[in-house]
Amino acid sequence: MTQTLTASPSTQAPPGLTFDAVAMRFPDGTQAVEEASFSVAPGEFVSIVGPSGCGKSTLLKITAGLLDATGGHVGIGPGNLGYVFQDATLLPWRTVRGNVELLGELEGMPKAQRRTAAQEAIDLVGLGGFESKYPKSLSGGMKMRASLARALTLQPSTFLFDEPFGALDEITRERLNDELLALFERERFAGLFITHSIAEAVFLSTRVLVMSARPGRIVGDFEVPFAYPRKPELRFEPAFAELSGRVSESLRGAFA
Amino acid sequence: MSAMPSTPAVPASDVDVAAPTAMGGAGGRIALRERGTSFAALVIPPLLVFLVVIGAWILVSQVILAESKRFLLPPPWAVVDVAFLDGHNRAELFTSLWLTTKAAMVGLFLSIVIGMGTAIAMSQAKWVERSLYPYAVVLQTIPVLALVPLVGFTLGYNFSSRVFVVVLIALFPVITNTLFGLLSVDQGHHDLFSLHKGGRITRLVKLQLPAAMPAIFTGLRIAAGASVIGAVVGDFFFQQGTPGIGTLMNTYASELESERLYAAVILSSSLGIVVFLAVTWLERRVVGRWHTATRGTR
Repeated sequence: MTQTLTASPSTQAPPGLTFDAVAMRFPDGTQAVEEASFSVAPGEFVSIVGPSGCGKSTLLKITAGLLDATGGHVGIGPGNLGYVFQDATLLPWRTVRGNVELLGELEGMPKAQRRTAAQEAIDLVGLGGFESKYPKSLSGGMKMRASLARALTLQPSTFLFDEPFGALDEITRERLNDELLALFERERFAGLFITHSIAEAVFLSTRVLVMSARPGRIVGDFEVPFAYPRKPELRFEPAFAELSGRVSESLRGAFA
Repeated sequence: MSAMPSTPAVPASDVDVAAPTAMGGAGGRIALRERGTSFAALVIPPLLVFLVVIGAWILVSQVILAESKRFLLPPPWAVVDVAFLDGHNRAELFTSLWLTTKAAMVGLFLSIVIGMGTAIAMSQAKWVERSLYPYAVVLQTIPVLALVPLVGFTLGYNFSSRVFVVVLIALFPVITNTLFGLLSVDQGHHDLFSLHKGGRITRLVKLQLPAAMPAIFTGLRIAAGASVIGAVVGDFFFQQGTPGIGTLMNTYASELESERLYAAVILSSSLGIVVFLAVTWLERRVVGRWHTATRGTR
């Protein structure tokens, strides 16, 4: 399996992500993922929707190298890999600034550069003024923003999102969706986004994949034709509803 | 799918601060409550209890006990008069208390160093944990009282054997709580460090030790109290050499010097309280800013 987590263009993998017949069978015999093949090019934002426990997160963990696939191959293009977890995973003993600087620290970025990168990222996600707050005094949405800022400091060319907004209330989630879109338009990374929410998937993505219940297989593949920049009002347009309906139908089939 | 009306774009932070989320909200409320607790609210309740205890003491000593039995519980003023206002007695008590304090503190310090070292080694390699943990448990389950005379035989009746007894008693809570803290790091945090090539040492220093701090302090608080008890127990057995406060208790008890006996008991428990408060203060300094101790919300 080709794994490039940091900037080292040594791999021959094409930019973005390439999944080639990726399969995962856990030691207990559970077939979590079966033959997943697709790719995500830079400037593409692909969402995977599917029932709980269909192996969506497993796929991300394999991509990030946290798990080893039992079959197939994941190719990761050059550049850094960003990963946003389901929980904000902030270190409670560090302030917002300390948390956002963590990855640079682990990757050996010089201190001054780390500072600057962190401040830029904090401002970008709208957390300016909260730099010296501890996570315990932040709301769920703000924690997620800090988590996003942390990943941004490495300027990832490939971005993995493991249901990052699943625990947030609807309004905060929609707002963060809008801002994530703005980030995507700005940075043009290759994005792979896991979610339960069809609306979120359609709103954000250039392409939506539907995964079936265990064993996880890609059973639906929808191009999302709406041009960027997308306005929040897009969510209430008939075409949006129509596409969401088709994804929903495919997802219902995936449960069977 | 939701049919929520679209919300006009407002600066993000405005919305989020107000957004009700279970975790953030609860944390903030508890923090507020603690900051709002006034000095009076902190001091008056225990002070009232103190007055009640003194009142009961006087009641038992002066009213309930017959005059012939008053030596069992002399009134507070007699204790103060005999033990603390008499220069000779006071010097004797405080010299002994100082010796016991030294034994307790040196023992506590050694327990922290050895205990945390052991727990860190255990957290790094499963085989170390498997080899050492049973003996840590044994340390806790053997009756230390039975061991103390043996310690006297082998190490001699000097300062170091008092310290040894303290370590015997205070080591276990440090080991278990530190180990528990080091091993209960969130899996998501471990994944985060794995993703960014956090090595063993980095992970220990930047993730496991800070995460373990609240648990370590729980262990320290238990160990701090235990160290004082250990030192007094040591005194009881090591009658030879300079007397510790426990030695004095023994002597006073056998001589029916009840005023000074009560004074010795009060002094040794005050020592325990001071050590406990010192650890609590340190805990606030180290983890107070980010950690809110879990307690029932009332």
